[in-house]
Amino acid sequence: MKTRRDFIKISAAGTGAAAIGLHSLKLRGFSLLGDENEQTPASDEEMTPYPTYCEVCFWKCAGWTYVDKKGNIRKVIGNENDPHCNGRLCPRGTGGIGMYYDEDRLKHPLIRETKPDGTQYFRKASWDEALDVIAEKMDKLRKEHGPECLALFSHGTGGKLVSHLVKAYGSPNISAPSFAQCRGPREVGFTATFGEDVMSPERTDIRDTKCLVLIGSHIGENMHNGQIQEMSAALENGATIITVDPRFSTAASHSKYWLPIKPATDMALLLAWMHVIIYENLYDKEYVEKYTFGFDELKEHVKNKTPEWAYGLTTIEPEIIRRTAREMAAASPRVLVHPGRHVTWYGDDTQRSRAIAILNALLGSWGRRGGFYNPESVHVPNYPHPPYPKPKRSWKDAYPPGKYKLVSEVLSTGICDATIPNPDLDCHLRGWIVYGTNLMASLPDQKKTIAAINNLDFLVVIDTMPMDITGYADVVLPECTYLERYDFLRTSPHREPVIALRMPAAKPKYDSKPNWWITKQLANRLGLQDYFQWENIEELLDWQLKKIGSSLDEMKRVGVKKYPREYDDLYNLENLEDFEFNTNTGKIELYSTELEMEGFDPLPNYTRHPEPPEGYYRLNYGRAPMHTFSRTSNNHNLWDLMNENSVWVNPKVADLWEIKNGQYVWLKNQDGIVSSFPIKVRVTERIRWDSVYMVHGFGHTDKKLRRAYGRGASDSELVSKVYLDPVMGGTGMRSNFVTFLKEKPGNNREEVES
Amino acid sequence: MKEELFVSGRNIPNIDPYLHVWHWQIPLYLFLGGLAAGILFFASYYVVTDKEKQMPYTVKWAPIIAPFALVLGLGALFLDLKHQLYFWRLYTTVRITSPMSWGAWTLMLITPMSFIWVASYMKEMFPNWDWKFEILNKFEAWIIKVRVPFAWIMMALSIILGVYTGILLSAFNARPLWNTSILGPLFLTSGLSTGLATIIWISKDKNERKLLSRIDLILILVELFLIIHLFMGFLASSAVQTEAAALFLGGEFTVTFWVFVVILGLAFPATLEALELRGYHVPAWVPPFLILFGGLVFRFVMVEAGQITRFLY
Amino acid sequence: MRYAMAIDTAKCVGCGDCVVACQTENNVPHGYCRDWIVETVSGSYPNVQIELRSERCNHCDNAPCVRCCPTGASHIVEGGIVMVTHNECIGCGACIESCPYDARYSHPEGYVDKCTFCKHRVDKGQNPACVDVCPTHCLHFGDLDDPNSDVSKALKNRNWKVLAPEAGTKPQLYFLI
Ligand SMILES: Nc1nc2c(c(=O)[nH]1)N[C@H]1C(S)=C(S)[C@@H](COP(=O)(O)OP(=O)(O)OC[C@H]3O[C@@H](n4cnc5c(=O)[nH]c(N)nc54)[C@H](O)[C@@H]3O)O[C@H]1N2
Ligand SMILES: Nc1nc2c(c(=O)[nH]1)N[C@H]1C(S)=C(S)[C@@H](COP(=O)(O)OP(=O)(O)OC[C@H]3O[C@@H](n4cnc5c(=O)[nH]c(N)nc54)[C@H](O)[C@@H]3O)O[C@H]1N2
Ligand code: SF4
Ligand code: SF4
Ligand code: SF4
Ligand code: SF4
Ligand code: SF4
Ligand SMILES: [Mo]
Repeated sequence: MKTRRDFIKISAAGTGAAAIGLHSLKLRGFSLLGDENEQTPASDEEMTPYPTYCEVCFWKCAGWTYVDKKGNIRKVIGNENDPHCNGRLCPRGTGGIGMYYDEDRLKHPLIRETKPDGTQYFRKASWDEALDVIAEKMDKLRKEHGPECLALFSHGTGGKLVSHLVKAYGSPNISAPSFAQCRGPREVGFTATFGEDVMSPERTDIRDTKCLVLIGSHIGENMHNGQIQEMSAALENGATIITVDPRFSTAASHSKYWLPIKPATDMALLLAWMHVIIYENLYDKEYVEKYTFGFDELKEHVKNKTPEWAYGLTTIEPEIIRRTAREMAAASPRVLVHPGRHVTWYGDDTQRSRAIAILNALLGSWGRRGGFYNPESVHVPNYPHPPYPKPKRSWKDAYPPGKYKLVSEVLSTGICDATIPNPDLDCHLRGWIVYGTNLMASLPDQKKTIAAINNLDFLVVIDTMPMDITGYADVVLPECTYLERYDFLRTSPHREPVIALRMPAAKPKYDSKPNWWITKQLANRLGLQDYFQWENIEELLDWQLKKIGSSLDEMKRVGVKKYPREYDDLYNLENLEDFEFNTNTGKIELYSTELEMEGFDPLPNYTRHPEPPEGYYRLNYGRAPMHTFSRTSNNHNLWDLMNENSVWVNPKVADLWEIKNGQYVWLKNQDGIVSSFPIKVRVTERIRWDSVYMVHGFGHTDKKLRRAYGRGASDSELVSKVYLDPVMGGTGMRSNFVTFLKEKPGNNREEVES
Repeated sequence: MKEELFVSGRNIPNIDPYLHVWHWQIPLYLFLGGLAAGILFFASYYVVTDKEKQMPYTVKWAPIIAPFALVLGLGALFLDLKHQLYFWRLYTTVRITSPMSWGAWTLMLITPMSFIWVASYMKEMFPNWDWKFEILNKFEAWIIKVRVPFAWIMMALSIILGVYTGILLSAFNARPLWNTSILGPLFLTSGLSTGLATIIWISKDKNERKLLSRIDLILILVELFLIIHLFMGFLASSAVQTEAAALFLGGEFTVTFWVFVVILGLAFPATLEALELRGYHVPAWVPPFLILFGGLVFRFVMVEAGQITRFLY
Repeated sequence: MRYAMAIDTAKCVGCGDCVVACQTENNVPHGYCRDWIVETVSGSYPNVQIELRSERCNHCDNAPCVRCCPTGASHIVEGGIVMVTHNECIGCGACIESCPYDARYSHPEGYVDKCTFCKHRVDKGQNPACVDVCPTHCLHFGDLDDPNSDVSKALKNRNWKVLAPEAGTKPQLYFLI
């Protein structure tokens, strides 16, 4: 059964009565006479704190949810003992209560129905009904095509349990946009070099560094809490910051050196830095000698990569390239060339990440204080369950054999490819579960995503908000927010092994449910109850905690618990200790034997990338410190801080186009795609004249997001051209070009309202 | 290029991007306060100087308007309050540093006095008038007896009121346009002038009008002089004040101010009055109407424009 | 005792955390704020500078808002904190007009509200909410009369400026530059 999945705006179902206007009816000043308490800050002593860890981004800072005597959640404050946040949440974490209070939340399960006249709408359903429908579809899929035809997209903590369910069901196709659209190239590039990846939170020892090099990593706007705190501490301690960014980022403004690089030419700069460091004999000789493989090849490789050569490509003056290289070397080994996080830029990103890794190796910073530390995490045992069935097929079958051998996680775009039927594929993916990711905003090339969705038998979306992706679902399940639920323990690695508990501070609002309940219910219906032998998640957590010498009761009291390291090897190469790297040669591979074997360049090469055609500008995008992607744009607390994005335009460009500051324009990209909504122009000197910049995550098209709807424009819809990374399938998204339309273009959206 | 913006999206109603806390109520209140002050000043002045007989309209008839103006003005002020149920808090304390406070107290005193003043002339104005209650008649008799000292007090209060309408604004250092000591005398003069215009409009006594027109002419000249002084002061002052003045010298208030306030509201009626004094026939209502209108516009412009001006930092 | 705050513009990243923390701590209604961030950009590409400032009421030593308040609702308490007593305020707006920093706003309930330096926390020996949340540690609070206070130490070896000193209000927010 193939339906053309119309985009439905969740509307008829579940509109809460808007409380607008009531306020103005009150006699001014009257309510104060009655109830003074509401207006005054509640004192901490009068409130009850419940431990949690934040889910507004993937840094997962631990904190306390404060609940007042009336049961209202009043604030979320960081946990002092948590190394992710040191007692201070970032603006999004502090504003996390806005997710709980959002009146536009998903309130009940919804099922897609078709009227006799063919129009589709969402019907409000009970949980039993919705879960039955999903179980029935999953069961049918399993029987008719095999469980491998199911795929799960999952991002965020709650996804772990859903993954467990999908693995028990028998599918290996579990993906998130945080690999092929984010960290992927970095992890593959670093693993090829050091045999280990960078992890999350990054193992970067920013706190103790003397020289921090940021290559397009806009810490300060990228608000990953630990990093921003440590960067500030490093500044305080007099560290040098070198920022390479075509835009004058906030980090650039706090840096000693800002290298306003021409976009897409970073590789040339990195090679020139290597050239200077090697040919001026500035590298860490003992370290390189002891640990690395392929130094001579590298030396030969960068022989001609002089700063003068790089100047012609990057527009960075040779003298500055030399000065900054010397500055790094002077700080070595306490220098950190930051690997970045969202690194899927131009399609040669694994190679760029390799270059960054190599540079770090030359400077001897891996395994050293002020460079990359050796993180450790607490090993929490899994609750006993039968082994997962062995899948017979996977998403990789959609590609020629051997392709993407180095890929360490499932490609989200690979799932899309495997969903679109093709003659070489005996079976395509037919069912998707989407948990906690808004694919419409996070995957590039929306046309392809929609094509994949149109080939599905069913699409289930589990979300908290009526985000764009929910409009394509057959069944929508409303999850409660992180403040209203238990989740798995946080066990992410850090300097000290540490665990954190999330527990509910309030009952789920509306008819929403936690992911553990949802998955357990589905498991029961699918005959997978053996994989869920616990009654409720408290039992599971308590069992796990007791295995590691704690208990649920203890964790409810402390929220965060640290464990001693197994070995004293935080800086495991500090004194040139013996070490065998997990690579083919057992060494840090400056020259990658692995890449060579797979037919890729063993040493990174500079490649030229497309440039904007006449009248077009490179579309550059990034983060705003007060928002996380598209998920917070309707959060009232954060909406107050920033309620739309703007497009940054250099004054010279603005003059040329006769565009004024504050004027609204539509953006049109090289493929003729026009932004659904106009976007406000910010004329600013902080941006080059060959590119424009906008914050990702705005321009929502669903009216149910009453605050976010139509505010600003979406970069995602303009990223239609993708440059695939041949090594690992990452989607290079920064070679899209836009031009300005000053008049409203014809309406190019088709939508069905119900 | 220099750029300044709120990163945190600050957009508080009536404060961003421009301060607009005071709307029509405050200028109207200032206008009516000034007008009442003018009327009451001249009424009491002519009683004190024993010219009651020559100036019947000034002393008896025009003051009828004053209590209405004051009550209306107070009403406007009340409407402007955002926390109205606490209005009474004004009268639980005296704040010497707050013009708003002593303004409120002045009004508290002068408003009933204006009623009493009018009441004390009721029988003279309407011979058939009767107070019905003996106590009221007695009170009236007593007031008439102490009318001269009563007038002295009211004259003092009316000056305070007139000055207050200007000081209210000029006390706000934060708004460069208001931050000048000329505003006090300017508003006082303008208040007196609008008061006079009202009396002139009402008066049916030729001699009285002639005398008042002469005074008004002087007041208008003083006003014009003060306005020139005001701008000279601004232009010789700090950047923020130069910028404030620029609103009137090419900026968005230029036409409103120079055409409606200075030309139509001052210069033109002054010319008409001068012509009238020389014996030319001018419709009696025209100059006072223009003066009143100009005075009203003047206060609106000052309150609006003042809120736009701010310190640059 | 003289409470004051120092804001390190060399560290602030303009994230607005101080603004949200104030909002949740003090129940500031949506659409209003007691503190806010200003960014100024000067120069031209590629020679650009920016300054990021977290601003709030300056708790002026010579506070015009207190002087002009007709009811005494605006007043100064121990340590120089400028406070507004909600049920003495008539909402006349005089103090809003008098503040050169636009630090006050009219609360939807009618009274005027603004930063209190989190007196309810400071009284208990805690820092204001915005200070305690700032991820870059760029806000410093304390007693200027105490040489060991966070704010005194922050001011000791750095250049600083105050905003609109020419307004004569003697502001007590110090911006480290
Ligand atoms: N154009 C463009 N595309 C990008 C990026 C970009 O900068 N520009 N960035 C890329 C990067 S780096 C990444 S990591 C990805 C991120 O991509 P996503 O992970 O898709 O990010 P979000 O947009 O935050 O979507 C999260 C979804 O989870 C929902 N959600 C939030 N909390 C919960 C919860 O507790 N339970 C459930 N069930 N749902 C929840 C939100 O409502 C939202 O729909 O996007 C990538 N894609
Ligand atoms: N507040 C907030 N913080 C976040 C997130 C969020 O949603 N909100 N998301 C988190 C996640 S999942 C991720 S992956 C990270 C992403 O954070 P980063 O890894 O720091 O992000 P990027 O998007 O790679 O970097 C954006 C910067 O790269 C610059 N840039 C663009 N093109 C080029 C180029 O050719 N060369 C160079 N050198 N620079 C270039 C842009 O001008 C911009 O300043 O942020 C994390 N932190
Ligand atoms: S960095 Fe901010 S949003 Fe992310 S987990 Fe920490 S507090 Fe939450
Ligand atoms: S929280 Fe700190 S870094 Fe963020 S805007 Fe406020 S003062 Fe600046
Ligand atoms: S900053 Fe404004 S509100 Fe605060 S004390 Fe100074 S004048 Fe008053
Ligand atoms: S609004 Fe309130 S606090 Fe402000 S001056 Fe008027 S009475 Fe005082
Ligand atoms: S000191 Fe308290 S009231 Fe003032 S801005 Fe900071 S958090 Fe808000
Ligand atoms: Mo990411």
